[in-house]
Amino acid sequence: MLLIACPYCGERAETEFSYGGEAGIARPKDPHALSDEQWADYLFMRKNSRGMHRELWNHAQGCRRWFEVERDTVSYVIKECYEIATPATSRDNQSRAD
Amino acid sequence: MQTNRLDTGGRIDRSKPAGFRFDGRKLQGYTGDTLASALLANGVSIVGRSFKLHRPRGIVGSGAEEPNAIMQIGNGASTCPNLRATQVELYDGLIARTTKGWPGVNYDIAAINDVFGRIFSAGFYYKTFMRPQSLWHVYEKFIRRSAGFGRAPAAADPDKYEHLNAHCDVLIAGGGPAGLAAALAAGRAGARVIIADEQNEFGGNLLATAATLDGAPASDWVQQTTAELSAMDNVTALPRSTVFGYFDSNFLTIAERCTDHLPAIERSGSRERVWRVRAAQVVLAQGAFERPLVFCNNDRPGIMLASAVSTYINRYAVRTGERAVVFTNNDSAYQTAIDLQRAGADVAIVDSRRSSAGATAAIATGIPVLSGHVVVDTVGRKGIKAVRVGRWSGDATQTVDATITIDCDVLAMSGGWSPAVHLQSQAGGRNEWNDELQCFVPGESPQENRVAGSGRGKWSLSDCLEDGLGAGKDAASRSGYTPVDVEAPNVDTEEPASMEPLWRVPASQPPDRCPKQFIDYQNDTSVADVRLAAREGYCNVEHVKRYTALGFGTDQGKLGNINGMAVLAESLGKSIPEVGTTTFRPAYTPVTFGALAGENVGELFDPVRTTALHECHEAAGAPFEVVGQWHRPWYFPQPGEDLHAAVNRECLATRNSLGIMDASTLGKIDVRGPDAVEFLERIYTHNIGKMSVGRCAYGVLLGEDGMLMDDGVMARLGEQRFYLTTTTGGAAAVLSWLELWLQTEWPELDVFLTSLTDQFSTIAVAGPNSRRLLMKIGCDVDLDNAGFPFMSVRDAELAGMPVQLFRVSFSGELAFEINLSSSDAPRMWRTLMQAGEEFGITPYGTETMHVLRAEKGFVIIGQDTDGSVSPVDAGMSWLLSKEKDFLGKRSLSRPDCAREDRKQLVGVLSADGTTVLREGAQLVEDPHARQPVPMCGHVMSSYYSACLGHPIALGLVAGGRSKKGETLYAMQSDGSSTAVKIVSPVFYDPKSERQND
Repeated sequence: MLLIACPYCGERAETEFSYGGEAGIARPKDPHALSDEQWADYLFMRKNSRGMHRELWNHAQGCRRWFEVERDTVSYVIKECYEIATPATSRDNQSRAD
Repeated sequence: MQTNRLDTGGRIDRSKPAGFRFDGRKLQGYTGDTLASALLANGVSIVGRSFKLHRPRGIVGSGAEEPNAIMQIGNGASTCPNLRATQVELYDGLIARTTKGWPGVNYDIAAINDVFGRIFSAGFYYKTFMRPQSLWHVYEKFIRRSAGFGRAPAAADPDKYEHLNAHCDVLIAGGGPAGLAAALAAGRAGARVIIADEQNEFGGNLLATAATLDGAPASDWVQQTTAELSAMDNVTALPRSTVFGYFDSNFLTIAERCTDHLPAIERSGSRERVWRVRAAQVVLAQGAFERPLVFCNNDRPGIMLASAVSTYINRYAVRTGERAVVFTNNDSAYQTAIDLQRAGADVAIVDSRRSSAGATAAIATGIPVLSGHVVVDTVGRKGIKAVRVGRWSGDATQTVDATITIDCDVLAMSGGWSPAVHLQSQAGGRNEWNDELQCFVPGESPQENRVAGSGRGKWSLSDCLEDGLGAGKDAASRSGYTPVDVEAPNVDTEEPASMEPLWRVPASQPPDRCPKQFIDYQNDTSVADVRLAAREGYCNVEHVKRYTALGFGTDQGKLGNINGMAVLAESLGKSIPEVGTTTFRPAYTPVTFGALAGENVGELFDPVRTTALHECHEAAGAPFEVVGQWHRPWYFPQPGEDLHAAVNRECLATRNSLGIMDASTLGKIDVRGPDAVEFLERIYTHNIGKMSVGRCAYGVLLGEDGMLMDDGVMARLGEQRFYLTTTTGGAAAVLSWLELWLQTEWPELDVFLTSLTDQFSTIAVAGPNSRRLLMKIGCDVDLDNAGFPFMSVRDAELAGMPVQLFRVSFSGELAFEINLSSSDAPRMWRTLMQAGEEFGITPYGTETMHVLRAEKGFVIIGQDTDGSVSPVDAGMSWLLSKEKDFLGKRSLSRPDCAREDRKQLVGVLSADGTTVLREGAQLVEDPHARQPVPMCGHVMSSYYSACLGHPIALGLVAGGRSKKGETLYAMQSDGSSTAVKIVSPVFYDPKSERQND
């Protein structure tokens, strides 16, 4: 059972949280300007990373805040927990630059 | 008669005899015995029959590794199957039964399997019982009956179990020399330590060794150390406690057996306690398992691990035989020979190595040693009588001819040692092959832990002690404490520890022709099985495991796995590390369901939510329907009424005069803030900005995929304030969904969300007399159509109580919903019931609610939809704003969502006008079509409508809206079909005049 450091409350057991999938997927500003393929890409396609993964967690049984976690999907080791990056793409751009 | 009991020594209390029953036989041991040591003391040699071949089997080990002595302990509802006799503490009155063999272990009819042993090869069941497939259910009964390790009791478990959460700086798994040393080092440094050991006493192998520490028996040091540890406030020492699971972020689980070692009369409190521990640092000091050796007929009762033979002598004062042969490939078993000799047995040693330090020492004490020899085969069906020995060339490809026969009644074998890497493997660590030690040792771990002692190949006692101290200091310092110097006790005589690998002894015949050479005793897996698997193309160790059942037993292959991997490697021409190990998973040893469930049984299994009106409903005799965690009144039967009679009456009363229901379980969310309108515009599909204060609207939420997610009523209470209702089951999910968008995507919006579900109760009054009822009890708000039209909300005082009054309807009748403080709700309910008497006020439950709304064609999200139904499919296109974007809107124009032949909501009437269709029934065009019959839809909701006088149903039918008037067929569960007509989903009051009345 993971120990997750909620950026607002501190370290808590995984059972207090709910998972929100991959983080950093920005909602298109004008969905109707997108082709069906582009919209489907936003809607369905996920990285499914082996290794470091940015994901959303919600402290559902605590402060109810959503935040981001960087976690290794192989070892499950959590590297970092932090508040939502805004705008949603900023960290994504950063990690692509890395 | 305890014929094998020694007169002196051991850690048993001869002043406290303990009587017990074994398969009905009355036997006696002593307090301090395990069931296994007591059985051996009484000369019981056969304790089970093997899994497949039903060969007689005896006790092999002395701890968690035991594969054969699997017992059922106790009687009645408290009985526990699948316990290893080596880990069951003896107490007066213990009842043990063997779990294999019929009519008994000494004479087992199914032993005939052994005669045909050659056909029971790997994959036998897969190959034999495949065809015809239709007969599998017949085969299965017989196979199941002959398998298994005991029976689960049928009655409810009368015992109590508990869970306990704990935090510590250092958790130490294992209380042998390394674990105790680690606890001493970490404890003296001041760290909060939990040390757990599966046995009744700490000390591990120190309790079973002849070695001395600082000139005194090793057990003296154990006593001194445990006394010091228990005096430390920062140390929790848990005996009889198995660390059975190692999960993420250093979360470990410990099963503590609190009362199972006591006579029934002395038991009180919880039977077992599961500790759920979050540790900053972990020390794994689980020790190592001795390996068996692989030769023909290596499973006869009396063939045991050398370390077990020593343990029974030194710890339990039981000498398991008078004439012993020790068969070894390493030095550690020489101590067993010395222990046997000291206990008065005749001993001979067969050592596969040509020379060794151990042999030199043994010869000096007068023990005969056959160096460079191996045991090829054994004699004695129900107990070993002799071994057949031959000269060993050192090359497994060359056969060995047995030239010497040695009579014996016990064979102590040692194939070297394997570290217990289970917990480290569970933690996500890799195991690495160590060529020098010829075993897998724990490698790098992703978690904050370290392994100490023989668990990482430190074989000598002094190394174990030093390693434990080092691990304890390291763990303490990494959790923030300053380590202090602790000196290890001096080990007086150090035993040599060299070994040469010997994975199998080749007989003069190939493995599939010679007597069985067992690798895994518990599953009867032999060398021939593993080689057959390799020949049939299985080259991955995980696949071989599943095909041959190697390591698949409840012992998880603690003994045999390594030999199996070596035989597989040899067959494939690979090295052992190339073949690799299988994955170890929790639990390390079996854990009872009772312990895992803890207190989460019965009423505590799941939280129960009740409304403020629950007692009113109970008093009215309503049965309850469980909706999520809510208990909602289902219907309100009058004397003699069943569900249908009650629902028919409730429906008619509501339609004709007045009904009342408890709608408190609806989710309620308060939305407020300067950007509330903008936020809701983006979420809901209808136009929110146009709603004026005091008005309500029906709203639906879509997922981004365009599918219906939830629905409810939205009320505008102020310019910047809204009140939303959700479905009963969707309350938490909707709030979480709203928060997700607010926090991650639109944090610039200034909006606050608050759940009000538990603060307010909601009472719905429905029917043509509902307005009259409210006026009668006194309402300060004008209730007529002009002042309070359909779909509006007012703050009001009703019968002197402040309420929020909604004019909304889920029944299609003139109706009001009264929102009020939960503390006022029971008084309001009683007031309404009393005042409503003149109108024949009728309380109704969820069933009538369902019928009334279905008559109106109102969908219930989650019953009539399944996550693949769009608002267009459900006939709600009128709800979709064309003027703005909202979540999911873009998806509605995806080609798949725009298809004309998507399943659409329709009404379904049985053509005969009497058959109530089965919910879930498939709808087809031609029931006699060739199979597979094409499905064109299914029934979602189906009821008898008392008001209409015939059954009604809602269904989803491909292209259904253009099929109105057509006939389809609903398939019934018995294979027959009923003709149905597709109609509009609105059955009652299609112009919706009643709710506007």
